[in-house]
Amino acid sequence: MNGKQKKMLARILLASAMLALLNVVPTRGLVRLGLFLLCYGLIGYDILLDAGKGIWNRQVFDENFLMAIATVGAFGLAVYDGSGEYNEAIAVMLFYQIGELFQSYAVGKSRKNIAALMDIRPDYANIERDGRLIQVDPEEVAVGSVIVVQPGERIPLDGVVVEGATALDTSALTGESRPRDVQAGDEVVSGCVNLSGMVKVRATKPFGESTVSRILELVENSSFHKSRSEKFITKFARVYTPAVCYSALALAVLPPLVRMVFLGQPGQWGDWFYRALTFLVISCPCALVISIPLTFFAGLGGAGKAGILIKGANYLETLAKTDYVIFDKTGTLTQGAFQVAGVHHNTMDEGTLLEYAALAECASSHPISKSLQAAYGGELSRTRVAEVEERSGRGILAKVDGHAVAVGNEKLMAELGIGCRLCGSPGTAIHVAVDGKYEGHILICDVCKPTAAAAIEELKQMGVKHIVMLTGDSDQVARDVAASLGIRRVYSQLLPAGKVEKLEQLLREKGDKSRLAFVGDGINDAPVLTRADIGIAMGAMGSDAAIEAADVVLMDDDPRKIAEAIRISRKCIAIVYQNIVFALGIKFACLLLGAMGAANMWFAIFADVGVMVLAVLNAIRALHARK
Amino acid sequence: MTKTYKIEVDCANCANLMERAAGKVPGVASASVSFMTQKMMVEFAPGSDPAGVMKEVLKACKKVEPDCRIDL
Repeated sequence: MNGKQKKMLARILLASAMLALLNVVPTRGLVRLGLFLLCYGLIGYDILLDAGKGIWNRQVFDENFLMAIATVGAFGLAVYDGSGEYNEAIAVMLFYQIGELFQSYAVGKSRKNIAALMDIRPDYANIERDGRLIQVDPEEVAVGSVIVVQPGERIPLDGVVVEGATALDTSALTGESRPRDVQAGDEVVSGCVNLSGMVKVRATKPFGESTVSRILELVENSSFHKSRSEKFITKFARVYTPAVCYSALALAVLPPLVRMVFLGQPGQWGDWFYRALTFLVISCPCALVISIPLTFFAGLGGAGKAGILIKGANYLETLAKTDYVIFDKTGTLTQGAFQVAGVHHNTMDEGTLLEYAALAECASSHPISKSLQAAYGGELSRTRVAEVEERSGRGILAKVDGHAVAVGNEKLMAELGIGCRLCGSPGTAIHVAVDGKYEGHILICDVCKPTAAAAIEELKQMGVKHIVMLTGDSDQVARDVAASLGIRRVYSQLLPAGKVEKLEQLLREKGDKSRLAFVGDGINDAPVLTRADIGIAMGAMGSDAAIEAADVVLMDDDPRKIAEAIRISRKCIAIVYQNIVFALGIKFACLLLGAMGAANMWFAIFADVGVMVLAVLNAIRALHARK
Repeated sequence: MTKTYKIEVDCANCANLMERAAGKVPGVASASVSFMTQKMMVEFAPGSDPAGVMKEVLKACKKVEPDCRIDL
């Protein structure tokens, strides 16, 4: 609790005690009025003051005004009818203040909690000077300087490890709890927490351009992009309060007049005036005005915790309505790196064949060579390899353990005069010959991410109707990938411009009500990302271009996060609608009861504060989306 | 030019009122107040002097919400 809230709490306690005492000790006449007025002043002076200032500044219709009129009116009524029943006015003010206190406490607390989720700002960077570590502001660290990151500390700037090895906790960025191992030569991203060992990192970017700054900027700006529901409520509140005030006035004046003039009955002015006051108490729009932005904020915070950065509440709304998800293939559904898919037509043992191929290729840094080395997995001793001859565009010749090994494509085999068997499966075949004899081929291809099929399945289960894959790859490869993932619509052999064209076509095809999301790796599909209703970039850790172009940024490259993002948005939007319907429903019901005289002021204030409390608690639910 | 300022405001509706008041100040192209992050983002009209404009913005905001604060 802050100082303001503590002071308020003291006032509430004091006023409650005083009110209780005044109800026990019998007083009468002016003394009674004076004491109750004192109590009323104690609890409500700031409201009266603010209402006065509002009138002075011609900003009449706010909550303070509503409460001031209602309680002063109730007080006046008690004086007028001589009942000495002043409790009601004070109680209404008291409960209103309790409600306000709760609201400011709960909202302040959840605001801080949610903000803390995304607080990945590093406080300092360690720099070694004259053999001693000194702490400096990360902004003062120049590119190229070496910083020391100790276990438990946050990496302050993007950089490359120059010394040491450690495990990094990337969960603040990606939501992924498994630590990532890094060693000298590896790139590290600011915002990760160093878990085990001390490392020295050479900064490659200034603080302002480091990942952590970009994310913080994105998160900070996200709350400025207001959702349509939020704008609706703002507009609504602007019309609503004056409307209620005028209705209350009408309620106080018209029925008595009608009774007196047309029905010839007594006006019952006091009764109708009381109803009008009740009307005012019920009408405070706080529950709505506070709960909607809080829900969106909680939704954004919950998504951020899962490694999904959404650039604004408006995108939450769009995501919730998405029923077209367009995927880019390479790097999104597939890993974008070659892997060995199989060994065919081999006569020798599969492992031995791979070992020969990997050894022959062990000096090369070609992606295919690397994938062969990775597939073999074992230690590759270069001493077993001699006379390596690289034939560009064809393959490699080498002596492995004294055997002449040739590894390469059909052209290489043709050059060597070795007959080879072509491969029927999609992918790239790497033929291997040992001592002039064909030994089979190794099929390598870009493999699907392990979670890709599950991601597509999840989207389908969630009711996303159209899942489409776009790729620049060959038709055969595209169809195979799509079939294995359960995607029916595929467009292949598209150049970047072709992808935009296809997307335009899909945008025309979908109705006005449905929304289209494009998922890419953000590296070369920026035009498509910006053209879609909502652009989702994945694997964005460290990629500035993706963070710029997309509306939703997935920090790691797990495609299942797309379903999760949609789930979080839908839950968030559902809560927003619940709150709008619930708050307005209760309000209108109470207004009706109040106008008919069935609800008194006690009832009114409970309805007002209660609805607000429930709406705030409901809003907090947006933070936790169910798996 | 766009600048972000730290603000202090107690209620969400007051934040909305501040946003409206700030948006009407001459020299402000658009203003957005986030109650949740307690920040105000002001886009200044070309050729205006941010410091001077912000003084007016503060004055306008004080009018609608006497308790508010803007860290200039």
